[in-house]
Amino acid sequence: MSLLEVKDLKVRVDEREILHGLSLSVNPGEVHAIMGPNGSGKSTLSHVIAGKPGYEVTGGQILFRGEDLLEMDPNERAAKGVFLAFQYPVEIPGVTTWNFLHAALNAQRKARGEDEISSPAFLKKVREVAKSLNIPQDMLKRGVNVGFSGGEKKRNEILQMALFEPAVCILDEMDSGLDIDALRIAADGVNALRSPDRAMVVITHYQRLLNYIVPDVVHVMSKGRVVKSGGKELALELEESGYAQFEDAA
Amino acid sequence: MNVVVAKTGTGRALGDAFAVARDRLPGKGAISDLRRQAFEAYERMGLPHRRIEDWKYTDLRALMREVLPLAPQPDATALDRAAGTAKAQAIEGVRRLVLVDGVFAPDLSDLAGLQKGLTIRPLRDVLEAGDALSGQAFTADSSNPMIALNAALATDGVVIEVANGTVLTQPLQIVHIASAAAPGAIVTRSLLRLGRDAVATLVESYLAADGATAYQAHDALVVAIGDDARLDHVRLVEDATGAFNISSATVSLGAHAHFNTFGMTTGAHVSRYQLTVAFAGEGSKVETNGVNLINGKQHADTTLLLDHAVPHCDSREIFRAVVDDRAHSVFQGRIIVRPHAQKTDAKMMTRALLLSDEAEADNKPELEIFADDVTCGHGATTGALDENLLFYMRARGLPEKEAQALLIQAFVGEAIETIASDTLREVAIAAARRWLEARA
Ligand SMILES: Nc1ncnc2c1ncn2[C@@H]1O[C@H](COP(=O)(O)OP(=O)(O)OP(=O)(O)O)[C@@H](O)[C@H]1O
Ligand SMILES: [Mg+2]
Repeated sequence: MSLLEVKDLKVRVDEREILHGLSLSVNPGEVHAIMGPNGSGKSTLSHVIAGKPGYEVTGGQILFRGEDLLEMDPNERAAKGVFLAFQYPVEIPGVTTWNFLHAALNAQRKARGEDEISSPAFLKKVREVAKSLNIPQDMLKRGVNVGFSGGEKKRNEILQMALFEPAVCILDEMDSGLDIDALRIAADGVNALRSPDRAMVVITHYQRLLNYIVPDVVHVMSKGRVVKSGGKELALELEESGYAQFEDAA
Repeated sequence: MNVVVAKTGTGRALGDAFAVARDRLPGKGAISDLRRQAFEAYERMGLPHRRIEDWKYTDLRALMREVLPLAPQPDATALDRAAGTAKAQAIEGVRRLVLVDGVFAPDLSDLAGLQKGLTIRPLRDVLEAGDALSGQAFTADSSNPMIALNAALATDGVVIEVANGTVLTQPLQIVHIASAAAPGAIVTRSLLRLGRDAVATLVESYLAADGATAYQAHDALVVAIGDDARLDHVRLVEDATGAFNISSATVSLGAHAHFNTFGMTTGAHVSRYQLTVAFAGEGSKVETNGVNLINGKQHADTTLLLDHAVPHCDSREIFRAVVDDRAHSVFQGRIIVRPHAQKTDAKMMTRALLLSDEAEADNKPELEIFADDVTCGHGATTGALDENLLFYMRARGLPEKEAQALLIQAFVGEAIETIASDTLREVAIAAARRWLEARA
């Protein structure tokens, strides 16, 4: 059974259809890349998988380990192991990163019927992860993402992914805003999480990221559909010729 | 004249009640005259209603309908119940002064070993002794019907004096406890005088013993802060959800004085707190901050008047209201800068968070500036929790109520963190947490 299965998904926002029957099947251990022009619906897909309100699903299904994801609250999805690294992470003033991550991790554990993690154990864990991602300790004392640079926000997303150890990771343009060194560190962080029972969906505009995180499958999205899928060489092809050839196909 | 005569049946009943209550009310001679005049002033105006500008959002005629007869003197059972409440809600490390149903309760209060320079007496004793302080306890605006009513009917209270140069080592707490199972009016009045260079912390708590519900608490606090003195003041309204709390504080500051006050309302069905601060000496600083956390059909009104009568004074105000269900929060903040009060620096920022479609928040900031060399500003916002933040938090595994609770805590935290005392800040944070947990 595939880990994540999107079947003929149709999604509307404000009466306008944005996804027109999109299908995607991701198996455990696989890394999928999704590429496609601005506005083709990549973030919309990631939001609908994570459960963001405001989208109307008018057709199709999203199954996670065979379960209907669309029936679940966003927090239930997170507890089951669905993780979205946001294209635009939000700032939460007045809620420290420590507190937020501790509360979130414990909420997930509670939902799974696991014991809560104590403050000292949590601190130890988060410190280790932060260190491996080159995130300074004092960033964790600040409000979530408050005053973080674009790159720091993205690294904070990877930190959370490493902390929550999800089963499916959707990375929405994690490379935007990262300098070359930060990109390498973040990609190393992602690669460290690759495992036979975890899958990743990497949304990006740039082939460069895929040199670091090498995908098993590359999908081209255009106008709310997957118009072509192939191996990692498809990304190189796109880099050369652009999306024009696929726009007609859509 | 915008005087409204209360020709209602209830007005009469109260008049009769006043006649009956007079024997119970301490103070003879001048005080007794003052009470009669105050009552007459109240009777002329009657219960305030929405056509009086100051009471536009808090129409007591509609909300409260009548002033109840005075609650009976607490008997042994009442005092027992109050003792239980006082104990259960005790704050560590403070000196407790307890008023039960409007009567000072020496047995529940902590009067032993007062430090040098600190005097504490029940208002009743001060009035009965005809002490010079009696008059000061009654200085307050008689054009406000509810303050006038309080002057007419106050049965007791606490009179605290902190001598020049005395730095209190322990916060004082006036605990108002309603014990009565039968609803009645609890009318109290307290006086706090800080001498020159004195430093004190005062907490006021309004509590209900189990079973006390539809009572009316009418309290007035009169505060005089001397030159170079500092008062930290924390006020916690945790009255029963069926109760009324109609209170005032009238504060005057000398020169180079500092007044930091924080008020938090989580309790009472209807509450109104009118805080009037008068700057009488130059170089003083006032911070008036507060939080409302209300739900159900609660109505909580904070009305501020900051009177910059002299130059070179600063005032800062941070107010946060969190309003759920069909509750109604009111904040009125008026800053007057008199013609010669140059170099006044006054800022007021009030924000309301509506947690339901039927929740309501009215913000009325008013600046009346008659001086030209001043820095004054105010801002007011009303809104809901940010959906994008909530989604982000939920996508990380937090259930909706928990995500909301974190955002609400951060929102009220901006006001709570202005409390200077660590202990009292923790008390306020704990009260906010209790409110949020009850919501989940
Ligand atoms: N809340 C919304 N209201 C109206 N239109 C929306 C909304 N969200 C997305 N859209 C529209 O849906 C389309 C797809 O947007 P989406 O953000 O999914 O694209 P994307 O592929 O992620 O683009 P990019 O590469 O620029 O990130 C766009 O035309 C966008 O304007
Ligand atoms: Mg996008």
